[in-house]
Amino acid sequence: MAKLKNNVGPVWVIAEQIDCRLLSVSTQLIGQARKLADELNTSVVAVFLGDNIEKQAHQLIAAGADRVYLGNAPDLAFYHPETYTEIIVNLAGEHRPEIILIGSTAMGRELAPIVAARLKTGLTAHCIDLVIDEDRNLEQRIPAYGGLLSIICPKRRPQMATVAKGVFPTPEPDETRSGEIIELRVPGTVSDRIKTLEIVRQEPKGVPLESADIVVAGGAGVGDLEGWNKIADLAGTLNAAIGSTRPAVDEGWTELSAMIGQSGKMVSPQLYIGVGLSGEQQHLVGVVDAKVMVAINNDDKSPVFEQVDYGIVDDCREFVPVLIQKIKAYQEKKVIC
Amino acid sequence: MLNIVVCVKAVPDPKEACNIKIDPATKTLLRCDVPMVVNPLDKNAIEVALQLKEKTDVLITVLSMGPPEAGNVVKECLALGADRGILLSDPAFGGADTFATAFTLAKGIEKIGPYDVILCGMASSDGSTEWVGPQIATFLNLPVVTMVKEIIESDMPWWKVKASIDNGYRLMQVKLPAVFTVTREVNTPRILSFSGIIKARQKEIEPWGIDDLGVSHESVGLKGSPTIVSELSTKESKREVEFIKGTREEKAELLVHKLIGTGLL
Repeated sequence: MAKLKNNVGPVWVIAEQIDCRLLSVSTQLIGQARKLADELNTSVVAVFLGDNIEKQAHQLIAAGADRVYLGNAPDLAFYHPETYTEIIVNLAGEHRPEIILIGSTAMGRELAPIVAARLKTGLTAHCIDLVIDEDRNLEQRIPAYGGLLSIICPKRRPQMATVAKGVFPTPEPDETRSGEIIELRVPGTVSDRIKTLEIVRQEPKGVPLESADIVVAGGAGVGDLEGWNKIADLAGTLNAAIGSTRPAVDEGWTELSAMIGQSGKMVSPQLYIGVGLSGEQQHLVGVVDAKVMVAINNDDKSPVFEQVDYGIVDDCREFVPVLIQKIKAYQEKKVIC
Repeated sequence: MLNIVVCVKAVPDPKEACNIKIDPATKTLLRCDVPMVVNPLDKNAIEVALQLKEKTDVLITVLSMGPPEAGNVVKECLALGADRGILLSDPAFGGADTFATAFTLAKGIEKIGPYDVILCGMASSDGSTEWVGPQIATFLNLPVVTMVKEIIESDMPWWKVKASIDNGYRLMQVKLPAVFTVTREVNTPRILSFSGIIKARQKEIEPWGIDDLGVSHESVGLKGSPTIVSELSTKESKREVEFIKGTREEKAELLVHKLIGTGLL
């Protein structure tokens, strides 16, 4: 028999904005929070900090929130670790949420562990699914070693998790939903030991991974920077976005922003080509609903071949240039026809 | 004198980590003798400290928590040029989640003595968690900046750093003592030198257990961890692979045809 808990606290989402734009991961989390809250028979609450963001607060209600705690002040326009922490920790102490969900964004990845440590509770990184188990605990699923780990935080509350953009679908906005917006009293400067001097946004280079139809991803098996450049050529030939595993980032062949997977980006291309990678779950969970998946790896026993539609067993450094030639030949023919 | 503590983690070699599998029957990890190495991003953290040591008076203490085998990883950091190496190792520390790990490391840092800068890699390659740095900061009540990609000014008592954010960076000014977690972009870690290995022979790793830290058994390891693994499951693949065979030319040709067939080229 499931153990019933009375007066379950609300499910919280720490919503995030950049230049007043509500991030899609925040609405996606509201959508999932709605499902969890309905199962627990409790409410969905968003905590939303920024400046000039009343309109966006209504978007959170349309996405499924029952209540929005709105911190609206010039000091909150940009994320500040200590000011944001102070507001969230104080609110959580007062309202005792059952669950707090935060996007795996640059802000979320810094703020979530600070808030969790302050609230003396657990935090699971970059979950790929969240469900309520038979004991009414939040089961937080993460990929690991070719399988899945389910993590729970049975004895402490709130239960906290971060989730990347694209893990949960964006809910259809319902403008007729009603909810309350409660304006927070914003504290003055909490501390002067950490100051944000400047925030610089840079346009990403190349085809953006998240919206690409074709993704070419490289891993440690690419060997070196020269090998990596061959993969980049393949991506260029296919007008594809280039992605990577963590080892390829650690080797310095590409930027962190190219990393696909649990702690990187989620992609859902039509075609995915994995080159010189072993098919670790931490990477492949980031490839969602691809129509066709191809792997190129010199080890026919590599676990990557268990997870793709077409397999090529070959040295990727030798094979990729030949593949590029063949694709180019086809592309030229296509133009003439 | 600037006192720097670098926290390092011994992780299974990421290049061989794919050989670690879950035994479907027992649902335990089969490690298959994958060697333990310094977590790649922690090498960047050590490098930050080593580069500062070349310019100014710095004492570098390397701190790790792990089984006795993790001592090799601390030894490697000593060979790279760290002055002092401490390994928090005790059966009581076993099974710690990131919360209990950060708590234990924070207690270790308090015992080390005066500290100005605490450096960590931005994430661990095995668990892909990024919580230990910011949680150490929280337990020690210090400011923290995560994902630091450039250190612009490192004068006492303020550091100025550039930290990665989504599509850009933020320029932060932070008062020491403080915690920083670093990305790969921050520097290129040096390679172990033979003379470093020789010099490190004279340096001893200091092993600290639970009694050295003066903490309760309830606050560390599995007992001090809010989160637990409730289930380990294998994942079934929905795809069935078709191997494309032939000479290299033929394979490339055939693959292109398969892709044309799907309408994707």
